[in-house]
Amino acid sequence: MAFIPHTPEDVTAMLAAIGAKGIEDLFDEIPANLRVKSLAGIPEELNEMAIGRLMTERARADGAPLSFIGAGAYEHHIPAAVWAVTTRGEFYSAYTPYQAEASQGTLQVIYEFQSMIARLTGMQVANASMYDGASAMSEAALMAVRANRKSKSLTVLVPATVHPHYQQVAVASASNMGLKFVELPYCTETGVTLVQSLKKYDGQDVTALVVQQPNFFGRLEDVDALTDWAHARGIFVIAVVNPTSLALLKPPAQWGTRGADIAVGEGQPLGVPLSSGGPYFGFMTTRMEYVRQMPGRIVGRTLDVNGREGFTLTLQAREQHIRRARATSNICTNQGLLMTAATIYLSLMGPQGLARTAAASHARSRELIAALTRVPGVRVAFSGPCFHETVLVLDRPVVPVLKALAERGILGGLALGGYFPELGNALLVCATETKTAADIERYRSSLSDVMHAARAA
Amino acid sequence: MSTVPADLKYTKSHEWVKSLADGTVEIGITDHAQHALGDLVFVEVPDAGRVVKAGEACAVVESVKAASDVYAPLSGEVTAGNPQLANEPEAVNTDAYSAWLMRLRPAPGALAAAALMSAADYEKFLAAEG
Repeated sequence: MAFIPHTPEDVTAMLAAIGAKGIEDLFDEIPANLRVKSLAGIPEELNEMAIGRLMTERARADGAPLSFIGAGAYEHHIPAAVWAVTTRGEFYSAYTPYQAEASQGTLQVIYEFQSMIARLTGMQVANASMYDGASAMSEAALMAVRANRKSKSLTVLVPATVHPHYQQVAVASASNMGLKFVELPYCTETGVTLVQSLKKYDGQDVTALVVQQPNFFGRLEDVDALTDWAHARGIFVIAVVNPTSLALLKPPAQWGTRGADIAVGEGQPLGVPLSSGGPYFGFMTTRMEYVRQMPGRIVGRTLDVNGREGFTLTLQAREQHIRRARATSNICTNQGLLMTAATIYLSLMGPQGLARTAAASHARSRELIAALTRVPGVRVAFSGPCFHETVLVLDRPVVPVLKALAERGILGGLALGGYFPELGNALLVCATETKTAADIERYRSSLSDVMHAARAA
Repeated sequence: MSTVPADLKYTKSHEWVKSLADGTVEIGITDHAQHALGDLVFVEVPDAGRVVKAGEACAVVESVKAASDVYAPLSGEVTAGNPQLANEPEAVNTDAYSAWLMRLRPAPGALAAAALMSAADYEKFLAAEG
C-alpha cells in the first residue's frame, strides 16, 4: 500500500482548488533562512537487501556478551510466544488506528493493557502507554502542574536518586513550559532520600515530589514517609516504578496514607528486548479524579446500540484534535506494538509468574553482590536492601576494569563516575533471573583476574 | 429556538452575566451554547480566589462531541465556582441560566467596561450568526 495515496493529478486538482501554484506555496509561512535544503550527514537511502546486510553486520559486532548492566533497561526472559503473537499482521503496527473503533481487537488489547497496568500499580486508571519511562516522568510533572491547582510555583522536587537520564529529559522537555526541577540530596551512606532533607521546603509552594522505587542505585526509598510528607503539604506525589518489582513491592497506590497521585514507569522489562536504547515504552496511571488532566489515549469499554460490548477511545476531549493548543499533551499515538508485547507477556506470566521473576531477580542479584564483594578491593556502596541492582565501589578506576571485562565478553555494569563523582569508583551492577550461578561465577573470577592482573602490572 | 432571558447580559462568546444584589456577578453559558455543545459530560470551574482578566479562559465545558473554554466576560476575582457541576454537568443542559459556572467580584469599573450585550442585542447577534 502506498503511504501517500494522492496521484499527481489529485495534487494538482487540490492545489488549483485553493489557488496555490505548488506545494512549496503551502510552506511560505516558514522564513527561508529557517528552511533546510538538504540533510547534511544523512546518507542516501539503502534498499532492503543492503540495509538487511548492514544491520546483520552491526548486530554481529555486538557479539553475545554476558550483561550485568541494568540502569533502567533490564534483561528478562521473554517467552517465545510474546513476539510470535505480537508480530501477527493484525497487531503489527506502531500506531493506534485512525479509525479506532473499526479495529475492535486492537482496542481490546489496549484496554487489557490498561487494566493490567492499573492492577499492577493499584492505581485507578491507566492510559494507553507513553514513549518511554523518561518522557512519562516528564509528562507526569506537566500533569501535576495542571492537576495540583492549589500550587502556583511549578516547582517539582526530584531526588538525585531518580535516574539521571529521566531528570535530563524532564529538564529538556518541560523547563521551557516554566517548570522548575529542584534536585534533592541523598544519604551517601544509605543511597536513599532522607525525609529530614526535605525540611527546608516546609512552608514553600511546591507542586510535586518525584519518588523512584527502586531508585537509580537499586535501593528502596522510604516511600511511605516521603508520600505522607508531601501530602501533608498539598504536594503531589509522582511515583516512578519498575513494573517487575511491583510483583513484590508495595504498589504506588498504597504508598503512605493516601498513595501516589500519579505513577509512571518504563515498560521495557515486560517483554521488550534490550535493543540499543529502544524502542521501549512508558506507562502512566493516576487517580480517577485527575483523569482529565492525563495525557495520551485511553480506551474504554462500552455498549453499542444493540447492547453488545465494545471498545472505544474515550475522554478524547483532552486530546489535540479537539482541544488544540490547550490539549493535555501532543501525544496522539503511542508505542502500540511494544504495549501489545507487554500485554501478551503479562498474560503469559500471570501474577505468580511475574512474582517468581521478580523474586528470582532479587535472589540472583544478592548472589552476584555476595560473589563480587569476595573479590579483594570490591565493596558495596550503600547499606540496606535493594531490588535487583546495587552500587559497588572498587579500589581503582572503574572504566579500565569494565574494558578488560568486555574483552572477556562480560558487560560488567555501568560506571557511575560521570553521574555521581562523589561516589568515587562506583559501579552499578544488576542481575535478573536470566543469570545462572555459572554466569555469576564467571563474572567473579573474571573480575578477580582483571583486578589481580592490574595489581600485578 | 433557544431562550434568552431579558434580565441578563450576554457576550459574543455565549456567556451570560447576572448582576447579584451584593455587587458580585454570576456567569454561565447560554442556552444557545449548551444546545450547540450537546450533552455535557464534564464541567471544570475555577477556584475561589482566582483573579481573572476579561477574555481569559477560566472554565471548561466538555460535551460528548467537543470541549470548549469559557471566557471571563469581565475582569475580577472569583468568589465561587459552582460545586454542583462536578457531579451534575447535565444541569447546564437542563437549565443553562440557573446552572451558573462561577461568581465573580468585578474589578473596579470592570462591569461598566465590559463589552456586554442586552438580551435583544444577543438575539440579533444569534440571528445574524445563523
